Amino acid sequence: MFSAFMINAWEASTIVALIAGIVGFFTVLRGASFAAHALPNGAFAGAAGASLVGISTVLGLGVFAVMGAIIIASLGHRVRSDVATALAMVVMLGLGALFLSMTTEYAPQIYSLLFGEILGISSTALVPTAAMGAVCAVAIFGLYRPLMLSSLVPDTAEARGISAVRTEIGFLLVLALVTTMAVPVVGTLLIFSLLVSPAATARSFTKRPGAAMGISVAFALTTVWAAIAVSYVTGLPIGFFVGAIGAVLYSAGRAWASWRQGARTTHRKADRMASSSPSPRGRWTS
Amino acid sequence: MTHPPETGPEEILRVEAVRVVLSGRLIIDDVSFTCLGGEFVGLIGSNGAGKTTLMRVILGLVRPAAGRILVAGEPRSRRNPLIGYVPQKINLDPDVPMRARDLVGLGLDGHRFGPPWPSAKRAARVDEMIEAVDATGFADSRVGSLSGGEQQRIMIAHALISRPRLLLLDEPLANLDISSEREVVKLVASIAARHKVAVVVSTHDMNPLLTVMSRVVYVAAGRVASGTTDEVVTTRTLSRLYGHDVDVIDVNGRVLVVAGRENEGLHHHEYDNGEPPP
Repeated sequence: MFSAFMINAWEASTIVALIAGIVGFFTVLRGASFAAHALPNGAFAGAAGASLVGISTVLGLGVFAVMGAIIIASLGHRVRSDVATALAMVVMLGLGALFLSMTTEYAPQIYSLLFGEILGISSTALVPTAAMGAVCAVAIFGLYRPLMLSSLVPDTAEARGISAVRTEIGFLLVLALVTTMAVPVVGTLLIFSLLVSPAATARSFTKRPGAAMGISVAFALTTVWAAIAVSYVTGLPIGFFVGAIGAVLYSAGRAWASWRQGARTTHRKADRMASSSPSPRGRWTS
Repeated sequence: MTHPPETGPEEILRVEAVRVVLSGRLIIDDVSFTCLGGEFVGLIGSNGAGKTTLMRVILGLVRPAAGRILVAGEPRSRRNPLIGYVPQKINLDPDVPMRARDLVGLGLDGHRFGPPWPSAKRAARVDEMIEAVDATGFADSRVGSLSGGEQQRIMIAHALISRPRLLLLDEPLANLDISSEREVVKLVASIAARHKVAVVVSTHDMNPLLTVMSRVVYVAAGRVASGTTDEVVTTRTLSRLYGHDVDVIDVNGRVLVVAGRENEGLHHHEYDNGEPPP
């Protein structure tokens, strides 16, 4: 499991999970899950186009991911954001169908982008993966507060000079970079689940933003590591385990949150019964 | 810059002959008024009268077609730290991982780069603001799970923590029950007095503000009338503003503005309280 060629898989998947956990926190906070689905899937068409003209598929992925981000952001203030995202995805998938039909030879390396090639990562591919991941992390930490303010209270943020349009473009470009970095490693389907489920699960375990991001990263790493290990042992696909572990963690989180909610309500009731005269602040605390 | 000797409260907001045109439609025209530090100003008008637009002009988010805005003597600009703003509604999922106190903290430094670094000074400032809006009891709750009145208090603390000179609250009383409404009005009035902030509160119903307003800016038919309640909320002034006959009726200290007798039936939308004229 830790043989030389597996080391690359562990390292690459660790980088992807780390970045997916960080960027996923804002993906869920901004309600951008659909964009996290559309960009990797649409960028797949870019890879098909790149193989058609004989250039690097990563370059094709990057160009299409950035193009998708720009389409979503520029349509976003004219039509509803889910419609803008859908339109961007439709355009890119249409081009993808065209490119694939024009490729005369069977292109397994394109189809592998759907599910990733986690076991086939070469050590030379690790360097650009790590570099793109570092740029994503720096961008997210740099924009942490404006991004958070703009995601939560856009009107107030706008009044303080944080442009909602520019924030949206900035975030989508980071998402495009995550796509370019992660799709060759884990594929379009897995990067989507790694961007959404760990961050959504983290919400059940904490009410602090910083801690939520940390837990999101921890869950993303746990999911990927466990999925690779179990897949190695059983011979079943990694994708199945990433999805299954994500679902189990999320369900466990909801169960934990509602159990705690129940415990708290019981406590409060007991408190209220114990104090016969309501405090002047009672109205605000209840 | 020379400072004249302080004789009275400083002028915080000056709106001069402002006209706003949005996509070819004239929204408000020739709007002028001023606010002094510590003043509680009611921006009164029915839904769609242009109150939110006027606030967005003051915030620098909408460029007026004519006229100018001065905030503390300076031309208004975007990212004006002198202005705190509380929008009408915030929409947050109940499970957003953010405590009320985290949102208040973002009011202090949310425009800066990087994550917030915890410091005793920052925490003390946040605590002080939370206490000022009487939110200690729910400061550690998830902000999305709070009631409308509680979120209103948190957003006031969020706006106030950067020590603005002017605080704009857009329809803070909408969607509040009567007791929270009274608490919020009392809180905002005490903030205006204690922090010497000029507070502008927009509302479609002026009655909850009657006892605390030092100035009324009444928006109707694209224009405004401003002055004390006694000057503005009169049959004569409001009839001139609306361009129709309206009656101002005093009912046990509450004010009803209704269409005048001869226009009865024509201007139902101008009733500020939804009740028919007597």
